[in-house]
Amino acid sequence: MSFLFDGKEIAADASQSIGAALIAAGYRSWHTTRHLGAPRGIFCGIGICFDCLVIVNGRPNQRACLTEARDGDEVCAQEGTGHG
Amino acid sequence: MADIAVLGAGPAGLAAAVAAHRAGARVTLVDAGPRVGGQYWRHQDGDDGRGHHLWSTLCRLREVPLDFRPHHAIWHVERTGDGFVTHTSAGEITSQRLVIAAGAHDRQLPFPGWTLPGVFTAGGAQALLKGQGVAAGDRVVVAGTGPFLLPVAAGLAEAGARVLGVYEAGSPVGFARHPAAVLRNASRITEGAAYLRVLRRHGIAFHTRKTVVAAHGDDQVRAVTLGSLDRDWHVVATEDVECDTVAVGYGFTPQLEIPLQLGCDTHLDVDGSLVATADDAQRASVPGVYLAGEVCGVGGARLSLMEGELAGLHAAGVVPDKRIVRRRAALRAFATAMHRTYPVRPGWQTWLDDDTLVCRCEEVPARDVRRSVVELGATDPRAVKLLARPGMGLCQGRVCGYATACLAGPVTAAGLRDLSARPIAQPVTLGSLAEQHVEEP
Repeated sequence: MSFLFDGKEIAADASQSIGAALIAAGYRSWHTTRHLGAPRGIFCGIGICFDCLVIVNGRPNQRACLTEARDGDEVCAQEGTGHG
Repeated sequence: MADIAVLGAGPAGLAAAVAAHRAGARVTLVDAGPRVGGQYWRHQDGDDGRGHHLWSTLCRLREVPLDFRPHHAIWHVERTGDGFVTHTSAGEITSQRLVIAAGAHDRQLPFPGWTLPGVFTAGGAQALLKGQGVAAGDRVVVAGTGPFLLPVAAGLAEAGARVLGVYEAGSPVGFARHPAAVLRNASRITEGAAYLRVLRRHGIAFHTRKTVVAAHGDDQVRAVTLGSLDRDWHVVATEDVECDTVAVGYGFTPQLEIPLQLGCDTHLDVDGSLVATADDAQRASVPGVYLAGEVCGVGGARLSLMEGELAGLHAAGVVPDKRIVRRRAALRAFATAMHRTYPVRPGWQTWLDDDTLVCRCEEVPARDVRRSVVELGATDPRAVKLLARPGMGLCQGRVCGYATACLAGPVTAAGLRDLSARPIAQPVTLGSLAEQHVEEP
């Protein structure tokens, strides 16, 4: 199965998280911070730190490390709060 | 209504649920994750247990038919007239008694560059590997303090990553000073030796008194500065090493949201963590509440299993076998020896420059935290938080709480408690609040 990340197709295993699939595909970051605009990816990997936020099917602030990828998901990198 | 709700399905919670179930209680086991096992046995469906420890214990425990509620992220627990209501992302669970087995997450110390992508917590790298089948990177430096660094490095090496070295900031020869605790826990030592053998097989060096004191890169980590440390962790020499990944951790922080929501007594443990206070029967200070595993002191999976079994039995009204009580005492003594062997030393604060972020969420630099103490006169972590805003972001101080407490002055239970109280433990939408309904087990 696969999902789209900023328009590119990313392969994922069943029950794999979006964050793990992105790391496996060679991505390191997909979220920029609110104040400094600094890149962030996975840090804690267990849902504690909120660094790895992504927009999933239009919903911002989803933790990529916890959110299971589903076939056909549309995932976008998130800038700041994800609300423009 | 369940007799007992067990909160958390790691080693402690699973052992508690099984013990209480076998004692005849109606048990509901609750966890945020998709399957039992917690962080310790984090695994994928169909996992054969390779690379896991105590796997046969998990297999034995998970065969017991339990009322298990996966994907239930707990955001608040409250006392009611006749018991407790546990509010989760997937509905409410009512019970007469509670066993809290919420576990722990990595404890972090900030250093310049620690916010760069490619820097992972040691537990995060482990979760990616064990839970997702993904190595965090290709050229990995493992650093921090404590025995957990060894399985992380061994796992990454076995998965094909190039581990450039394991850097232990402490000097674990101190174990020799605790011979009684060590001898009574030979299996733990054997486990450590097994990991060291894996490291040797892959040609990975294990360094002591040395750690990552800075990470460098533009959009991701490209290199680290390794600092040789004196006994207080001041840097005495440095060298730079190119890498694309860092896995770092300085022990663990117990997750105390639920005990604090219920008003349970807490104290400072030997490792400097705030823990919930349990008596010999694993009872918290609040009637009907039992504690097991890391919430009452970081001690590893074997101790968690014993505490879980004891908590489950006591919660079900059964007097446990003396042998379990003795085993718990031996494992607790070992945990204490471990904490004394791997202390966090204060010199880490000198690794930070003014611009190093202490709070990753609110992007609060060390300059602001220090200014709140030195110029504005903050004398406790709460005042630092109010003046400089570390811990005010989405993670609610889980990541920076310990460091903030250290920077504010000597770490105290009261100081940590102020940074650990989270009335809403998980992000929850207003929509799901409005939809709350009571699930009758």
